Amino acid sequence: MKIINTIIAIISGVIVLLGYFIPSPLIQSMRQPLLDWAIILSGIAGLIAILNLVFSVHWKRLKENGESKGFSFVLFIAFILTLIAGIFLGPSNTGFQKLVTAVQVPIESSLMAVLAITMAFSSIKMLQRQKNWMGFVFFLSVVIFLIINSGVLAFTTDIPVINDLLSGFHQVPVAGARGILLGIALGSLATGIRVLIGSDRPYNG
Amino acid sequence: MDFIGFLIIILTTAGTIFFASKRIRAKYPPVFRKIAAIAKLRRAIGLSVEDGTRMHVTLGSASLTDPANTSALIGLSSLHRLGQLSSTSDQPPVCTSGNGGLTLLSKDVLKAVSVETNTRELFDPDHGHLTGITPFSYAVGAFDVLRQPGVNANVLIGNFGTEAGFFSITSETNTDFTLAASDSITAQSIFFATTRNVLIGEELYAIPAYLAYSPMHLASLQVQDILRWLVGGALIAGAILKLLGIL
Repeated sequence: MKIINTIIAIISGVIVLLGYFIPSPLIQSMRQPLLDWAIILSGIAGLIAILNLVFSVHWKRLKENGESKGFSFVLFIAFILTLIAGIFLGPSNTGFQKLVTAVQVPIESSLMAVLAITMAFSSIKMLQRQKNWMGFVFFLSVVIFLIINSGVLAFTTDIPVINDLLSGFHQVPVAGARGILLGIALGSLATGIRVLIGSDRPYNG
Repeated sequence: MDFIGFLIIILTTAGTIFFASKRIRAKYPPVFRKIAAIAKLRRAIGLSVEDGTRMHVTLGSASLTDPANTSALIGLSSLHRLGQLSSTSDQPPVCTSGNGGLTLLSKDVLKAVSVETNTRELFDPDHGHLTGITPFSYAVGAFDVLRQPGVNANVLIGNFGTEAGFFSITSETNTDFTLAASDSITAQSIFFATTRNVLIGEELYAIPAYLAYSPMHLASLQVQDILRWLVGGALIAGAILKLLGIL
């Protein structure tokens, strides 16, 4: 069974990859259904994972007398109510969408606000965690860019040398990000190839 | 351009297979620079086995049909290796994720580890689970696992957004060890500011090789190094040619 899984994965991967480079109608006709199946499978996997979260993980917690029992109860009730409303009203119903977003948006906005404050406090302690030159450079660049982007240097737009210097400063993070992204792209390429040749098998092949 | 892309893929594949062969490995053994965060991860694995505590791996929320999922695939390889390395413990690792596909794969990896290490009685399918399908619900759902008293080390590998801050801050506050790595620039900067052990850029893709996963991982790391030199050389050559007005 393992070898069959691996063969299917490799063949599917090769067909999809070839489809990017070879515009042959035969390969395209095989590639498109494979991509469609992948999207369908991904959706089904999401559904299975949600059902597992609610009816296995949180159901177990409800039966145990743990600290987070209350949270699991709220999640369970919220899930059942949303499911019933979704089934009867349909996901495209504007009332249903309004109801869901009226709950979700304020909660996520509040979390974003909490995150911003927590991050600010945590970043103050950054130099305690990163006691090295990279930590110092990171801290220095944060301070410099906070000053530059705060607008206090807006009066320098008329001074040619300083204006050029500041626009040069803005290019530094772009160059750094490109360097990091190049490394990530090469790493992604190598990882993709390992999966493609069946060396990495996260599907238990 | 398509031809160049195709050629790069063929050459990378050939290079990986070439460097993975036994003869070449013996002739040109890979030499690694020291990455302190990964050395500490190895130590944390040993400590968790000794203490009888659990390791938690979280894989981010990239979809399997998304190009950003390679970091999660590295997370799955690392989960596999962590499971193998901590198999002498009676506390197998737990794994959370923010995507259904990754959840199923993490369950599969944990099951495979239990079969390989003959610890099937310790396998619980719920050790790999989804915690939420939006980035923030995923982070908040994972709080429970991050703060469990039995969890003493957290490994954050995958594609994260700003929710990375919740993971890193909670983990740093509640556990002894946190390793954070992501392919997202936003998450990398958040991790750098909020945790001690961060992997920047391509270091993420070196984790399986540094954990001595398989010859193929070592070979692929060597190929990545060669490609990095080639890309760097091409960029410098391009810049010089542009300066000279040839390009």
